Formats: sequence, structure tokens, C-alpha cells
Amino acid sequence: MALLDVDNLAVSFRTADGIVNAVNGLSISVDGGETLAIVGESGSGKSQTAFAVMGLLARNGSASGSIKLDGTELLGLSQAELNRKRAEQVAMIFQDPMTSLNPYLRVGDQMVEVLTLHKGMSKRAALKECVAMLEAVRIPDARGRLSMYPHEFSGGMRQRIMIAMALLCHPRLLIADEPTTALDVTVQAQIMELLADIRRDFGTAMILITHDLGIVADTCERTVVMYGGRVMEQGATADLFARPSHPYTLGLLKAVPRLDVDQDELETIPGDPPDMSRLPKGCPFTPRCAFRLEQCADVQPDLLPWQNVLRACHADPEKVK
Amino acid sequence: MTLLQVRDLDVTFDVMPRGAWPWTKPNKLQAVSRMNFDLEEGQTLGVVGESGSGKSTLARAIIGTVEATGGQILWDGTDLRTMSARDRRAHRREVQMIFQDPLAALNPRMTVGEIIAEPLTTHQPDVSKKETRKKVGEMMERVGLLPNLVNRYPHEFSGGQCQRIGIARALILDPRLVICDEPVSALDVSVQAQVVNLLKRLQREMGLSMIFIAHDLSVVKHISDRTLVMYLGRQMEQAEARELVRAPRHPYTQALISSVPIPDPVREAARERPVLEGELPSPLDPPSGCVFRTRCPKARPDCARARPPLDEVEPGHLVACPYQEVISPLDTPLSEPAEPVG
Repeated sequence: MALLDVDNLAVSFRTADGIVNAVNGLSISVDGGETLAIVGESGSGKSQTAFAVMGLLARNGSASGSIKLDGTELLGLSQAELNRKRAEQVAMIFQDPMTSLNPYLRVGDQMVEVLTLHKGMSKRAALKECVAMLEAVRIPDARGRLSMYPHEFSGGMRQRIMIAMALLCHPRLLIADEPTTALDVTVQAQIMELLADIRRDFGTAMILITHDLGIVADTCERTVVMYGGRVMEQGATADLFARPSHPYTLGLLKAVPRLDVDQDELETIPGDPPDMSRLPKGCPFTPRCAFRLEQCADVQPDLLPWQNVLRACHADPEKVK
Repeated sequence: MTLLQVRDLDVTFDVMPRGAWPWTKPNKLQAVSRMNFDLEEGQTLGVVGESGSGKSTLARAIIGTVEATGGQILWDGTDLRTMSARDRRAHRREVQMIFQDPLAALNPRMTVGEIIAEPLTTHQPDVSKKETRKKVGEMMERVGLLPNLVNRYPHEFSGGQCQRIGIARALILDPRLVICDEPVSALDVSVQAQVVNLLKRLQREMGLSMIFIAHDLSVVKHISDRTLVMYLGRQMEQAEARELVRAPRHPYTQALISSVPIPDPVREAARERPVLEGELPSPLDPPSGCVFRTRCPKARPDCARARPPLDEVEPGHLVACPYQEVISPLDTPLSEPAEPVG
């Protein structure tokens, strides 16, 4: 059985401009120890999917469908039960570590709180555990760092602290939402290496939300490509990159300038990312798609298997290249 | 012809230590130190480096919003600091800038038309309203905006469109040099490619020179003729853009390249990627000698002694490292045409 099983998830928000559907009928699963990438541009619904799993949707948002963690339905759980699940099974790290750490609290206090609250540890035992965890994420002089405030750390160090904090309760699933976007490339490489080590050492499954296809190619076994709140294509990363069969995946891969290839002109996807409050009835990618057919704007294509991947597209896969 | 020559440029900031008294001597922060480069007319110079490497300060010094504390910036052969007021005004007209956050760079209370026209009405107040309107319309079309959107406000546009507005504003005066400071890093991948292509096309059409500042080496490689690598305010390496990626010689450049994951699982798995340890040292207290030595895999004791000079090791390829050698962190040779995607 899969560790996380999301079935037909829909997330919508009531706003002043009407109802915005951020996620529409998303189904994904993550096995224990596996790394899954969710790729997409702004407005693709990738972050809202993560928030729905964590039970962290904004107040005007609501989720429907099913999110099963280890067989337990998460949607509809009471706050207390959800807190318990969050403590023991899932943890999340965010893009900007400065905004997710409390600037008024010493790093040690924030970390100890996690353990005393969730695990009922004594402060002394919790401190010891925190030092061990900071050492595990390779923060030098871990004991001395506990009495420092978040602003005294560099961006890379803060992200390490966030990772250490997320791992304190040994979650089985770690959701990382653009964990390295705010960091420099050399520090990004360090953090990605650290996440890979953690996966190996703790056996943690990971959902990596990113727009960086390089990182996906480097670290993730499976990839889900999202656009306009829907899955466009999903499959093993190697298959997807070797032979993208969805116009959007193809466009994304062609639009990235590459270090290892000399290109004269980048191929582009015309138009802008979708306006989520005004999505077409059919496939959300229709207005920007070079392969669109007549029915595309009206009929939502189903996610169907083709070769080794699943794709949601009316166009003939043989012609999408 | 050489448009811009930068000679031994230094930019130093005074930083007051914490709890300083008015008479306390400020600390010196050397943001840019002994930079040297030339920019030819119609060429693009890429500047790469991590945050804190001094790339934006360099841009500000060239545009004249930050004073150089040493060395020279020669614009058309004239030093910026000794320029007459008249020449300085011309310089301001001829050098324009495009910024990272497209929405933040636009005044939310001005219409798109007013934003794009503003440089024109500032520098050439005698241009008639009709003429201005015509020019704004032409410029909007040129950057791929519908001219009938001229009376809209910035918040009504997407990030990519806002960046196009910023580009139109920068180009309306027919500048000779455009400095782009991380112009695409806030944009989505698909939109990023549109803006990069647009900049490349406009540069060709208008014969612009460009300084393209970014932390993303793949974008810089794609758009630049030459690339300059900075670390802690110092120049590490400078070479033809593709050559720099194909045959990097400085350990820092090599580390930068190996830090960038390639969107190809097969190649990525075959590639050795040594990770650079540590983080950027404080610019207030830079390491002695070579500033990179504290993180350099090749560092030797004598690296601490003297700052390595920028040597021309091959025609047009300058490296500031005595132990330089070509190591390509991209395993597969670049010359073989890579398989097109799809």
C-alpha cells in the first residue's frame, strides 16, 4: 500500500472575485522512501496540493476528495487528530526559511517546543535530541547555535535548521515546497545533497515541489507535471524526460536554457500562466497549446496510460514532439 | 568600438559597526575590487556570481548611482568622474536599466503609457505629446504588448508582461547600453524563455550593448558573448561565454557549473558533481590573498599570501588562479550535438 494516496482531490477558494479552483481532480500516490516531484509554474496548484495534505489551507479554502496517509483519511479529521498526524507522519519545509521560523525565539527554543509538545519529552532530553539533529544536517557547533536567533544565520543555514526541525519527529513523509529557490546555486547543491542523505539515512519519503527541471532530473524517481490545477502528465522521471508526450511537458523542457547544449534561440510557450479564476472548461493548457484540437477547450481529457506514462491530452502522442 | 572600459574599479562602502559612536571609524566593505573589463558596441557581457558577489554594485557604479572609490569607468573614452555635467546627462540617457522584480519596478499609480513615456518626457521635454504617444505605441508593439493596453495599470498585467513594460521603458530613449539585473529570475520557466528571446532580438535589431547580470549560469551562457565570474567583489574568470562553460579554468567557475543540475536524468546520473563546502565569507572580513581559498578544493598554503593576478592564459580567456587548469564538470563533450528533446 502506498504511504500517501491522494484521490480526486479538489481545492477551491471563495474569494471576492468568485470561486477559484486551485486543484481539480488530482490523484497521486507516494510509496514509502520514494521521492516524487511535482513540477509546474505559478498557479499550477502544486503548493495548494501540499497545503491540503498538511491541512494548512487558508481559511477561505476547502478541499474535497480523499487524502489517505498510511490508510487513514486526513480530510475531515479534527484539528487535534490532524496535529497528531502532522507530528508523527508528515512534515513540511518551505521556500523561505526566514518567514517560517519565529524571529523572536531562539532556534533552540523553537526546536525543543516541537519535541516537548508532540512527544512529551523533558526539556533536557529534547535539547539532546535537537543537538543530534542539527549535527545530522551538518550544522557545525550545534550546541552553541541553539541559543542564536534565526536572523543570525545565513539563508542556507536557516534552511538546514528548518530541515532539522521537520525531521525531529522522524516523519515518514517530508514535503519540500521549493526548498532551494531562495538559495544560491552552490548552497542549493549542498541542501539537495543533504536531502538525499536524509532520505537514505532515515528512509523518509519526499514530495519535492519545484519548477527547476534540473533538480527533478537529479533527485526524483517519479514526476507529476501540473498545470492549471490538473495533472498533465506523470510517470517515471527518466521516461518523462526522455519522451515527453504532453505538449506542456515538451514545452517546459524545451524552454529551459541548458548548460550542456548550445542553443541559438529558446523555444517558448506563448502566453502567460493561467488565470485560475477563468479557466477554460476543457484542458487548462488549451490557449497556449501548439497541438490543440477542436474539442480541447470544451472537453477535459482524461489521464490515460500511454507507453510508460499517464497523460491527459487529446492530441495524438506520436505527433507531440 | 569599445563603448565601456572599466579599469581597476573599486567600490567601497563605509559600514558602521554595531553600537558605533559618531566618531567611531567605519568599517570598510569592499563590494567591488579591482575590476577590469571592456565592453564593445553591440556585445553582451554576462556577469555571474552568487548573492554578495558585488554584481549589482558593479551595475550601479556603471550607471552612476554609486560612486567609484578607485579606478576608472571610461564611457566612450571619458571617465565618469571627470565628465562634464552635459556629458553626464547624455550618459544617463544612454545607459538604461532593467530590474529583477518587474512589478516592484513599476509605479503602481501610473498607467503603462505614462511609465513607458517617462524617460522620454524627462530627458527630451520638448518632444510633442503626439510624438510621445506614437513612440510609446511603437515601443509597446516592439516588446510584444498590445498598444491598446496603454491606459491600464501595472497590477493588471502578469509578471512577464510587466517585464516587457520595463524593457519598453528602458529602450524608449534608444540607449546604447542596457544593464539587466536578474531580469528573468522572478519569472516562470516558460515566460523566462520569452523574455530572453525578446532581449536577444531587441539587442540585435537596435545594436544595443548589454550587461546581463544573473546567478543562473545557463541563462547567462545563452545570452552573452563574454562572461565574467565574480566572487566576493573580485573577478575570478572571464572568457567567451560558451568557452567558459565548456572549458572553465578557475576552481570557482568549475564549482558553479557542477552545482547546476542538468534537466536530463541520464546525463545527470552519469555526471560527477562535487559540492562546494561552506558559504560565502563575510565581505567585511574577506580572506587574505585569494578570497576563494577558504572554499577552494585546490587551495594551497601560498594562496593566502598574495591576491592572484588576472592572467590571460589563452587569447581572451582570463583567470585569477595560479593553479588553473581546464576541468569540465559537464561529463559528456559539448561539441557533439545533444539529442533534441522529444
